[in-house]
Amino acid sequence: MGHYIVRRLIYLAAVLLVVSAITFILMHAVPGGPFDQEKRVPPEILANLNRRYHLNEPLPVQYSRYLYDVMLPHFTTNPPKNTVDNDFLINFRISKLWVQWMNFGPTYSSRSRTVNDIFRQQLPVSMQLGILALFLAIATGIPLGIMAALKQNTIFDYLGMSLAIFGVCVPVIVLGPLLVWIFAVEMKVLPASGWGSTPPFLFGVFPQTLGWDYFKFAILPVVALGLGSSAIIARLTRATLLQVVREDYIRTARAKGLLERLVITRHALKNSLIPVITILGPLFAALVTGTFVTELIFGIPGMGRYFVTSITNRDYPVIMGTILLYSVFLVIANLVVDILYAYLDPRIRYD
Amino acid sequence: MTTNGDLLVIQNLVKHFPIMRGVIFQKQIGAVHAVDDVSFSIKKGETLGLVGESGCGKSTTGRAILQLYRPTSGHVYFQGVDLVQLKGKELRKVRRSMQMIFQDPYASLNPRMTVGEIVGEGLYVHQLNQGKEIQDKVDALLEKVGLDPAYANRYPHEFSGGQRQRIGVARALAVNPLLVVCDEPISALDVSIQAQVINLLEDLQGEFGLTYLFIAHDLSMVRHISQRVAVMYLGIIVELTSRNEMYLNPLHPYTQALLSAVPVPDARIERKRQRIILTGEVPSPVKPPSGCRFRTRCPLAKQICTDQKPEFREVAPDHFAACHLV
Amino acid sequence: MTAEIKSIPTGTHAGGAILTHKRENLWQDAFRRLLRNRAAVVGGVIVIILALTAILADLIALMPYDEQTLVDQNKVPAYMVKLFPSMKPYAKISDKYPMGADYVGRDLYSRMVYGSRISMSIALIGPLISLFIGVIYGSISGYFGGRVDNVMMRIVDVLYAFPGLLFIILLMSFFRSSLSDPTPGTLSYMLGQLDAKLGGMLFIMIGIGLTAWETMARMTRGQVLSVREKEYIEAAHMLGVSDLRIMFRHILPNIIGPLIVVETLAIPGYIALEAFLSFIGLGINPPMPSWGAMIADGSRVIRTYPNQAIFPALALAITMFAFNFLGDGLRDALEPRLRGTQ
Repeated sequence: MGHYIVRRLIYLAAVLLVVSAITFILMHAVPGGPFDQEKRVPPEILANLNRRYHLNEPLPVQYSRYLYDVMLPHFTTNPPKNTVDNDFLINFRISKLWVQWMNFGPTYSSRSRTVNDIFRQQLPVSMQLGILALFLAIATGIPLGIMAALKQNTIFDYLGMSLAIFGVCVPVIVLGPLLVWIFAVEMKVLPASGWGSTPPFLFGVFPQTLGWDYFKFAILPVVALGLGSSAIIARLTRATLLQVVREDYIRTARAKGLLERLVITRHALKNSLIPVITILGPLFAALVTGTFVTELIFGIPGMGRYFVTSITNRDYPVIMGTILLYSVFLVIANLVVDILYAYLDPRIRYD
Repeated sequence: MTTNGDLLVIQNLVKHFPIMRGVIFQKQIGAVHAVDDVSFSIKKGETLGLVGESGCGKSTTGRAILQLYRPTSGHVYFQGVDLVQLKGKELRKVRRSMQMIFQDPYASLNPRMTVGEIVGEGLYVHQLNQGKEIQDKVDALLEKVGLDPAYANRYPHEFSGGQRQRIGVARALAVNPLLVVCDEPISALDVSIQAQVINLLEDLQGEFGLTYLFIAHDLSMVRHISQRVAVMYLGIIVELTSRNEMYLNPLHPYTQALLSAVPVPDARIERKRQRIILTGEVPSPVKPPSGCRFRTRCPLAKQICTDQKPEFREVAPDHFAACHLV
Repeated sequence: MTAEIKSIPTGTHAGGAILTHKRENLWQDAFRRLLRNRAAVVGGVIVIILALTAILADLIALMPYDEQTLVDQNKVPAYMVKLFPSMKPYAKISDKYPMGADYVGRDLYSRMVYGSRISMSIALIGPLISLFIGVIYGSISGYFGGRVDNVMMRIVDVLYAFPGLLFIILLMSFFRSSLSDPTPGTLSYMLGQLDAKLGGMLFIMIGIGLTAWETMARMTRGQVLSVREKEYIEAAHMLGVSDLRIMFRHILPNIIGPLIVVETLAIPGYIALEAFLSFIGLGINPPMPSWGAMIADGSRVIRTYPNQAIFPALALAITMFAFNFLGDGLRDALEPRLRGTQ
């Protein structure tokens, strides 16, 4: 298994290389630099800016410089300091040696901030949204699916599956405004936009307080984002459980006289959850990209909005950083899912 | 290379399947020795039966002869020409003269083609006939195998197993082959249908002068249809002789064990008969045992069997065996 | 369907009977099953209606989609006030617009009718591109196997890890800014012109095509691998059939079923993707209407004039429902048959 993990990590490096190359090419293929915009900067200052951010160097040089700064982990005995040119996202210490990784560089939109500063400010919001949505999807999807399967062809089944179809078919851009209209405009019980927590965050990610003030902002976007995934999970759980319950070993368990409740929880469930774990990877990816959509609809200050505007502003480091960070995230998430999968299904063994 | 009247001469045929490891750069860490130095020949018009347990390599041998798997080494002389050296267009031309009948009647016909298209495809590809002529020939073939030509427009799933095998036979015959390799053609059929298909194969052999390589694990069926029989074990031939000699006087311990497993339909004899029961499991073809491959299960194994590989030699007139103790 | 038992004329050896009935191949059989699925039929009918709307848009719409009558800003028909009573104090009534007018006085209904063109084009062309690139790529990879397959699949794996939405956003921005270069004579200019002629669709098509083919390539490869070892393929080799003919005549027809199903089920995703891109302004160029853009515009005034967002949202939702039901029905219709023969 260790072998396998090492291979996957090498693969991660390859992915990052390709992704960064493609992004870099696309970004620089667009004519115009970040400082050519309407600001009407005098030419000497423009030249200075370009020189400072190495924008006048040939592209391959810029690219290699970027790779060195971002992709390669740095090892140093100096403790990290958060200056504009020395800001790493990941720092940890092994006795006297500091290992540092992911310095995405300074942002072009402001003189004193780095990309990591922006990440630290905006990312946690996106992560909170994503985590809450994932939680909702799993916590509602699986029970719904189980109930629909156990009470097949009853009203519970039909209602549950209708809700699931609704969730699968209705995209966030429809569900979002719909929810806003019902709950914010007509019923006026929930806010239409905004987010309930601001930096600084607990452990860098979590909101400081978890009261109604927080949740009232979270409910609508989380439901809008999570309903689709919840529906997919519900349908899958139901289909799998229906299949599993007909298997011979379930019949044996019942014939042994085992309580129905135990038959389901001890035997049927574990095997039904395996397909759900399998789709967790792609589902995760969908959720992550879904946060972009949701943030834009609900005016949530996460990475989504920032990313789109940074493209217009040609803020290269932010663009590159966002794409790379999300790629890392997705690859690692997939790896975790695969390991979990191998753990749950004794038939799968990686070597 | 003179083949003196033999249609097919196999010399030192070897087929190994490499076991690869690695994601981007693949390295070979072992091989499955499916066929390990097999030699025999078949005369024109003759039927050679090839028997053995599942996994002994007989199907692989058949496919390696037909170049469906390219042999790792060795020679396959068909009408004097070494097939192993042929490629591309030349190979395609020779392919017409050898055909195969497959084991699984359900997987051997393309479910999306009509029976007529299936049988006629060979004709179309080799441009043996055009248009209407193809249809006529297909109809004639279907009749020959005992199917109503009116069904040429039907799809395979509308036929039973036995009928599908007949369609397979018709397809093989369409291109007028000289050699037909039958890879367990009746194993998947009901017993009552098996006899019909075997009879069909025999009649066709007589009518068209076909040569058969009949691969099977059913000894009694092989006995019925073959003139000569070869017994395979773990990738090598352990005994090869004429049919009568094989069943009356088996020399190799493995053959003896196989034959003793065939029940005799006379209760009195059956009761008195003593079966040779082999112990142990079939070794893995990835790492075959040293010396004689059969020694791990052979009731007569001696020290020499571990040390030295037995030579496949003529131990009696037209009776070949690979065993130290014969 | 009549069934007669007929005996085969005993030629040389045959016995056996065969049930004769109206012969039908696997496609007709699947179609019959599809028709029995009511939800799928409803979905199919809706899709047909939408297609007709898109084609006959000029006849169905009341006025051109870009005709602005600023005086008629945000007007609503009478029934709207009954639907949304909170509008009563400020709504201005006009019966000229069956669903109301938007913030520059364009007819919502007509714009929705024209918007169906975008969605239906995406629904049609998206899968086509994905299938075309993906199936060819996957077939080559699966059929030839070995080193070729290895390399091709590694490429797909790496591309797969790219977060899709981010990539499309980047791509669309790239298309927007660079390829709409106003300097005549350059490649970018020509592409820009081509794009404008197609109503702004070219770039979206390319964008979707570039991100969607990977799944199809993987699926195709898997299917090809599973079919490649089948005995009828070996038989075809024995008959001397060329590789090309094997791929098109033997392999493809037997794998196309699940591929079509998967692609049909992906259509709602494409439509939603286009809607989202239009929502953030990276999609179809205005004034060509897209339901996504209309939802975006409507969301801005959702407190005051909810009809401007709700109607296009409904249209989008119904379209996606229809394709989903159709896709589910297709899958159920094709699945058991395929399992039986393969």
